[in-house]
Amino acid sequence: MPLDAKFDPATHHFRLVGTRPLRPDGYDKVVGRARFGADASAPGMLVGRILRSPHPHARIRAIDTARAAKLPGVKAIVTRDDFKDGDPSLKDVLVNVMARDKALYDGHAVAAVAATSASVARKALKLIRVDYEILPHVTDVDEAMKPGAPILHGDMRTENIEPAPKKASNVASRCEFGHGDPEQGFKQADVVIERRFKTEATHQGYIEPHACLASVGSDGQGELWVCTQGHYMVRNTCAALVGMDVSKLRVTASEIGGGFGGKTTVFIEPVALALSRKAGKPVKLVMSREEVFRASGPTSSASMTVKIGVTRHGRITGAHADIRFQGGAFAGSPIELGAMSAFACYDLEHVKAVGWDVVTNRPKQAAYRAPGAPMVAFAVESVLDELAHKIGMDPVELRLKNTAKEGTRSSYGPKYNRIGLAACLEAARRHPHYEAPLGPNQGRGIAAGFWFNFGGQTCVSLNVNIDGTVALAVGTPDIGGSRASMCMMAAEELGIEYDKVRAIVADTSSLGYNDISEGSRVTFSTGLATIAAARDAIGKLCARAAKIWGIAPEAVVWENGRARPAGPNAGDFAPLSLAEIAKTAAKTGGPIAGHHEVNADGAGVSFAVHLCDAEVDPETGRVTIKRYTVVQDAGKAIHPSYVEGQFQGGAAQGIGWALNEEYVYGRDGRLQNPGFLDYRIPVASDLPMIDTVIVEVPNPGHPYGVRGVGETSIVPPLAAIDKAKAGKKRR
Amino acid sequence: MVRVKLSGPLKVAAGGEAELEVEAANIHQLLTRLAELHPKMKPMLERGAAVAIDGQIYRDDWFRAIPEGSEVVILPRMVGG
Amino acid sequence: MVRVTTRINGDEVTFVCEPDETLLDVLRDRLNLTGAKEGCGTGDCGACSVTLDGRVVCSCLVLGAEAEGRQVGTVEGIARNGKLHPLQEKFLEFAALQCGVCTPGFLVAAKALLERNPDPTEAEIRFGLAGNLCRCTGYDKIVRAVQAAAAAMRKG
Repeated sequence: MPLDAKFDPATHHFRLVGTRPLRPDGYDKVVGRARFGADASAPGMLVGRILRSPHPHARIRAIDTARAAKLPGVKAIVTRDDFKDGDPSLKDVLVNVMARDKALYDGHAVAAVAATSASVARKALKLIRVDYEILPHVTDVDEAMKPGAPILHGDMRTENIEPAPKKASNVASRCEFGHGDPEQGFKQADVVIERRFKTEATHQGYIEPHACLASVGSDGQGELWVCTQGHYMVRNTCAALVGMDVSKLRVTASEIGGGFGGKTTVFIEPVALALSRKAGKPVKLVMSREEVFRASGPTSSASMTVKIGVTRHGRITGAHADIRFQGGAFAGSPIELGAMSAFACYDLEHVKAVGWDVVTNRPKQAAYRAPGAPMVAFAVESVLDELAHKIGMDPVELRLKNTAKEGTRSSYGPKYNRIGLAACLEAARRHPHYEAPLGPNQGRGIAAGFWFNFGGQTCVSLNVNIDGTVALAVGTPDIGGSRASMCMMAAEELGIEYDKVRAIVADTSSLGYNDISEGSRVTFSTGLATIAAARDAIGKLCARAAKIWGIAPEAVVWENGRARPAGPNAGDFAPLSLAEIAKTAAKTGGPIAGHHEVNADGAGVSFAVHLCDAEVDPETGRVTIKRYTVVQDAGKAIHPSYVEGQFQGGAAQGIGWALNEEYVYGRDGRLQNPGFLDYRIPVASDLPMIDTVIVEVPNPGHPYGVRGVGETSIVPPLAAIDKAKAGKKRR
Repeated sequence: MVRVKLSGPLKVAAGGEAELEVEAANIHQLLTRLAELHPKMKPMLERGAAVAIDGQIYRDDWFRAIPEGSEVVILPRMVGG
Repeated sequence: MVRVTTRINGDEVTFVCEPDETLLDVLRDRLNLTGAKEGCGTGDCGACSVTLDGRVVCSCLVLGAEAEGRQVGTVEGIARNGKLHPLQEKFLEFAALQCGVCTPGFLVAAKALLERNPDPTEAEIRFGLAGNLCRCTGYDKIVRAVQAAAAAMRKG
């Protein structure tokens, strides 16, 4: 459902879109009533706990659970024997959920118990004997690629290189994107700079640990309450892993205490289901914070070499990146997205990005806000900044000279349609921050960032109630206020007040399949489906009015929340409001509902430009962020407060990544800092206010012009902060 | 005839060809035809591919028509955070 | 098991708990007061913040038994007779929450802060709330909400 050619969101007068109403779930969240993953309980509930490998790499010779099973209060124990191989596409997920022949990282699950209390469960874990044969390990991406490195998977051969290798390797695959010939481009350059960068893994750091409550009966039917970004994904994956019919597993998404991509897969859910089935009782399983760090899905760490050439007039002639990501113990780091996004901001004739997907003895990475893009943007934007300095050009000017625009062939292949990077760069240059004087020991950095955005499978139901209110059922968990935006879009279309629409996140048995809330897709695709469902309902409301008036349905139009006779019948009958039509629905044909099912495409790409001032204490080296401004294209901001919130939140996560967050592995291969004390995410006193500028270049693929905004804001900070603290001021 | 640009692993699977010409009226026909021409592509396409037609990226849309003369690029399927 | 009598949000409550059970577990698992959250269990995130005799504590670091004879304040007690506290109103108005899981802890900590210091500077708010982690907002809107609530409360 693309933007109507005659409709311009930039000039259209929206009644609700662009305003800032209170979110419908807000009250529950400020009074402590909202129910998150760990807030549910069930009669007769058992407590689940997971035993995890203390070794980064070890063969599991045997697991002896006999003593634990005899402990009073222990009701079920599961190990690898309780999870059978099935769908080959889920093999890595299965092995990550419960170790098979080897423990592949510090924290890998090897067994789980369900007991009558947490203390019994803890005691039971201590009674499980695991016979490990300790193997050599590797946790660094560059080390893992070296010949002679400890091999994780004897059957791994690097894909996509010719001739196909015969020897096992930790390099799962190679990829390459781009066009032209960078070597040719470098010959045309006046200055060529090549630099090498490393970034450590970080964690999404959601405040709510993974939690679920599983209940499976001996009739094979199950229910699962879980904090997740995608409860349909959880249903389908768990049903496959534990061997249930999809229809027999009903999954309800709890309120979710942050995800940022980290809750787009399963970890504890299949274990809880297996324990519950074995015990015949509900089982609640909640990760500790230490488990979250050791055994959920942090980002990839990266090692990168970037080479860029420019003329002295600031035209980029060639760009090349070689990017190595380790994604933990399994193939599947976001290397392709990293390589594709590397140079996506620029219009380049000669560009190439080569990526390597590497496995190490670390937890399997999961998506984290614009997966793969922040670290690569750090490398590319840093080199660009150095080039600008070298040729004596303003860094924004250099970027503007090379900015991607409508019609540019992107570095990953397709040509862009309407995009907002140039608008963001111009807005950043116009912003008072850009020219503001700097204090002593302060520097200013600027960087651009890109994210693809996408749509996906979406299903929405909109029910018109007897009193003229509307119940809106969506299937995408609300991670940042999306229910407010959905209510706004439904009310905008229907022509009724915002508070007449109530949005809920439906469970998997109540609404058709929905993809995960990820990739900045919710406001775009659930919004698009909500608008379409509202229009579907409007069609039905008009048809009812036509019946009541005895005229043709085509002769009825919907205006300002009312059906009105039009054409030859204009003015013949008094308009009927939604509430009036709803009131008599039973007598005019039954319930009135609008639906829409779609696999949405047309999510517009998103660009951002960040400005950062940092001060470095010359004695201690401590870096303080003094001022921060985010400029980003939102296409159309539905609820500006939550758009700003995404900008600010992504920037804060990027600041943490740049300054004090990192996974620290010891020589023993164990994570040294699995807690918020030592893995330090920014606190309020670390940050300044984060100024935001919402640029609106409408996305032609959405009826209101919406672009997803969640991801891009974490892409520019690393480079912007690094340049700011290096004190490399603008010319 | 559709001229399709390949990148990344798909290019390797096509024996290094950056561009191919195939007979296809929609995305499904295009993907089927490519898998027949280059069987190495089949598992990759099945794992997930996105198709860009004149700059518009379609992640899953078998019956999306490919207009004559349009620019077609095949990409890995995107996931997000 | 220990028998404990305490006051929670003004009401007398008696419960039994294990000697090593935290106040957070007592509130959540025994008293069904699930507003306080466990984000870390080590006193680093503040999601479990409650007041003990008016002082903010991480309830994951306090034993249930320690509540004997004390006054416990939780997020559930901030709104009075169905009326939201100005902090709650301003958190909503300023969109100071995205996921909302840290919000109970922030509200408890911010309320105690404003009771101590009705007119805090931005820096005092930031340092006063530095024991509470929020991963969604970047704190900007939280700080603004607390400033606005403080202003509203000073006006009465």
